[in-house]
Amino acid sequence: MKSAVVVFPGINRERDMARTLTLISGQAPVMVWHADPALPAGTDLVVLPGGFSYGDYLRCGAIAARAPIMDAVRSYAARGGLVLGVCNGFQILCEAGLLPGVLMRNAALKFICRDVYLRVERSDTPFTRGYNAGQVIRVPTAHGEGNFIADQDTIARLEAEGRVLFRYAAPDGTLDPVWNVNGATNAIAGVLNDNGNVLGMMPHPENHVEASLGPTDGRGLFAGLADHFKQAA
Amino acid sequence: MARTTTKRPARVRNTRPARKPKARKTNRAKISPSLVAAHGLSAEEYQRILALIGREPSITELGIFSAMWNEHCSYKSSKIHLRTLPTKAPWVIQGPGENAGVIDIGDGLAVVFKMESHNHPSYIEPYQGAATGVGGILRDVFTMGARPIACLNALSFGAPMHPQTRHLVAGVVAGIGGYGNSFGVPTVGGCVRFHTRYDGNCLVNAMAVGLAQSDRIFYAAASGVGMPIVYLGSKTGRDGIHGATMASAEFGDATEEKRPTVQVGDPFAEKLLLEACLEIMAKDCVIAIQDMGAAGLTCSAVEMGAKGGLGVTLDLDAVPCRERSMSPYEMMLSESQERMLMVLKPEKKGEAEAIFKKWGLDFAVVGKTTPTKRFIVRHRGKIVADLPIKELGDEAPVYDRPHLEAPPKPVLLTAAAVAPPVATADALLRLIGCPDLCSRRWVWEQYDHVILGNTVQRPGGDAAVVRVGDDGPKALALTTDVTPRYCEADPFEGGKQAVAEAWRNLTAVGARPLALTDNLNFGNPERPDIMGQLVGAIHGIADACEALDFPVVSGNVSLYNETNGRAILPTPTIGGVGLIDDFTKSATLAFKRENEAILLIGETAGWLGQSLYLREICEREEGAPPPVDLAAERKNGDLVRALIAEGIASAVHDVSDGGLLPAIAEMAIASGIGAELDRPPIAASAFWFGEDQGRYVLTVEPGVAETVMARAHAAGVPARQLGLTSGDALTLEGERPILVARLRERFEGWLPAYMAEQPA
Repeated sequence: MKSAVVVFPGINRERDMARTLTLISGQAPVMVWHADPALPAGTDLVVLPGGFSYGDYLRCGAIAARAPIMDAVRSYAARGGLVLGVCNGFQILCEAGLLPGVLMRNAALKFICRDVYLRVERSDTPFTRGYNAGQVIRVPTAHGEGNFIADQDTIARLEAEGRVLFRYAAPDGTLDPVWNVNGATNAIAGVLNDNGNVLGMMPHPENHVEASLGPTDGRGLFAGLADHFKQAA
Repeated sequence: MARTTTKRPARVRNTRPARKPKARKTNRAKISPSLVAAHGLSAEEYQRILALIGREPSITELGIFSAMWNEHCSYKSSKIHLRTLPTKAPWVIQGPGENAGVIDIGDGLAVVFKMESHNHPSYIEPYQGAATGVGGILRDVFTMGARPIACLNALSFGAPMHPQTRHLVAGVVAGIGGYGNSFGVPTVGGCVRFHTRYDGNCLVNAMAVGLAQSDRIFYAAASGVGMPIVYLGSKTGRDGIHGATMASAEFGDATEEKRPTVQVGDPFAEKLLLEACLEIMAKDCVIAIQDMGAAGLTCSAVEMGAKGGLGVTLDLDAVPCRERSMSPYEMMLSESQERMLMVLKPEKKGEAEAIFKKWGLDFAVVGKTTPTKRFIVRHRGKIVADLPIKELGDEAPVYDRPHLEAPPKPVLLTAAAVAPPVATADALLRLIGCPDLCSRRWVWEQYDHVILGNTVQRPGGDAAVVRVGDDGPKALALTTDVTPRYCEADPFEGGKQAVAEAWRNLTAVGARPLALTDNLNFGNPERPDIMGQLVGAIHGIADACEALDFPVVSGNVSLYNETNGRAILPTPTIGGVGLIDDFTKSATLAFKRENEAILLIGETAGWLGQSLYLREICEREEGAPPPVDLAAERKNGDLVRALIAEGIASAVHDVSDGGLLPAIAEMAIASGIGAELDRPPIAASAFWFGEDQGRYVLTVEPGVAETVMARAHAAGVPARQLGLTSGDALTLEGERPILVARLRERFEGWLPAYMAEQPA
């Protein structure tokens, strides 16, 4: 799996992401600078990692969404290429128009760093094939603005089309506002675009991949992607 | 011990007008006694200036002297005492005197760390004050060529019921998180306390830890004549002017008016500065580097020259400014954040400039090194300052202020002197949910503590554990500690205890303690009783460092922490760093399984003087604090560390605030597993809640308990079995069982409930 990690100024989880991609796919990603005009040829997966692009002093992700590299990411996505945005990456994808909705401040109005439980809603996508539908995984969140909101029609469409891949849930998989860490609409933690090739999610699966540090539930996402490309090859 | 100049702003003298000295304008202003006083300089110090330069200083020069000679930058009250601290060990690469301390951890790697206060700004503007405190200490660490891998902090707030406290807690915590989270460093540990003596002065001590190659450390001392001095980072504005000078006076009622002296942090700029600095260091462009913190351009330029035995000439017309028509006085004293000064290798200038431009940062040659040992500042073709650089910098005035030792407090040891007002179970439930002992989850969940993917032990344990590099096997153990109520009752014992507790917390996770950074927070040193506290605490710290082979490698002093004549509790915060050879073998405090033997290591006399039990349950703040037997401390700790390394101890927790039963309760809460505890050998309140030092609780398989105790006794270490892990409750003989779930509810409940209440 040839992956590319886009680095905007102020992004700070690019090393975590690169290490996880290397660890699980066996191949180090290419780090792509925000000012570059193009993605490396033959890229299988583009990742927009977490952080605070441009300090997030404007709306989160708003400036990064207009960086030169984003034109290349848009046309790559339009050709069906897989794009994963995590945390700030999710915010950037929403601001870039590649995903619907917007990420508002957490309902508690505080930054929250906490392990959360996610219910995997579908396993028939390249991003979630490493999990079973209904499986509950434990991964960390670390964000101040992850409260997913969209207009009613959009939410209805996302639900009807099965584009919600992850929801904040209790450890047993039931939905309960107590476990919805940021107050997101319908406890949405991760959504797909209408073509199914762009995923944005707030939690950090890349931080839960090593048994010696704790849970490894994040592995499934990257292992699934690696399998997807192995099979395609 | 010469300490590095620090970057803090500021505080404010109640006798001084709140406004800046009115003199920024022209360089020809007449220097009046009131202008001298407004710069925080004494009449004697002004006479010394006159003698030194043989003429009346210009206003810019007066500003430069005030910036360099204030308490904050010069350590003039503490220096002679700080020199007594042990600072050497075979693994110490750099002790106090640079931007941060450096220790060798093997494999060609070095750990760079330091702690610093940002107390006064945080009280005036909690979010920005705390945020820029984190920014300042991170800069200290990456200035030396290290990539920051962890932050910690130590916070002291006023009584929960004080009307300011909630606002300060909310702002400070958000500010620490706001800066560290955005910069991209995990904030992995710290301590938080509440006491009415911090009502008018909260304490925000921030610690940063970085990793560097041991042969690639960068220092402040310039070398070579005619080398370009380069300004990097953000532009200079009028923020923070005189911050450091004002950090050398007390607060009065006009404190609120000081808000404009607090700088605003920009973690985004700092992140760019980090990446750019590490990149040009890797390209071997740098001769010397100093960050601009307290007293900004003045302090950084003087330090580089003074340490290198060189002169410095600055051309202010080249300084990137964010505001128009800034005067030389303002440019020299601005404390705008996220700025650096470097001496570059001339042949690498183009390469360095390209890197900074790539990161979108300002880059300007603003001066050069000279052979003259003069500090010369030019502005629009004129010389606005021409001063001897050594006397400004490392030869600033030093005072031996009068100090009085307080009489020792009476020992309050026997249970008979402290009749238990409530049953043991009730006392435990109250203690575990009291402001000083309850869970800090509300705080540390606002800090990203998992970023960088190397956090082995998250906040909530005895010490944080962070893996070194991406693969280990080594890890660092990190902690911040101090027990101010002990220091107030007996500064010497309190100073010892702060070091011993840090050493103990590192040991409790299995680490070998290597070195520490200290952050000495006290009141007005011009008062002999306060100076006595400072001197006593330093002596105690020195004794403990010596006995535990645990040297001081960096530090910071914050004095004048008082408001309207009432000082804070003496608070010498210790930040400890230890090394674990194999990160997969660190110990945690949670009970691991039922039916394990619970052992107590260390002597228990039942010392209730200055205990939390006495304060929270008996409502008495009295007595002498528990003494620390440093020889026993070392023996006990060495045994515990060996038991962890050999995989014999399955759970380990140090016994500190609240004593033995709260320690056991915390081990139960962390696991959900309860315990059956035997009848205590002495009065229950003294046994369960006394705060005798040098103790650990650990669990072992029941079959090896006897062997472990025999081994302890052979090593001269007191050990006894307390009971067994069992069930879902703490069961004490002769008391009603206490459900672990109920303990957890109390433990987790107080802080979120308190913060959710409407401000008074």
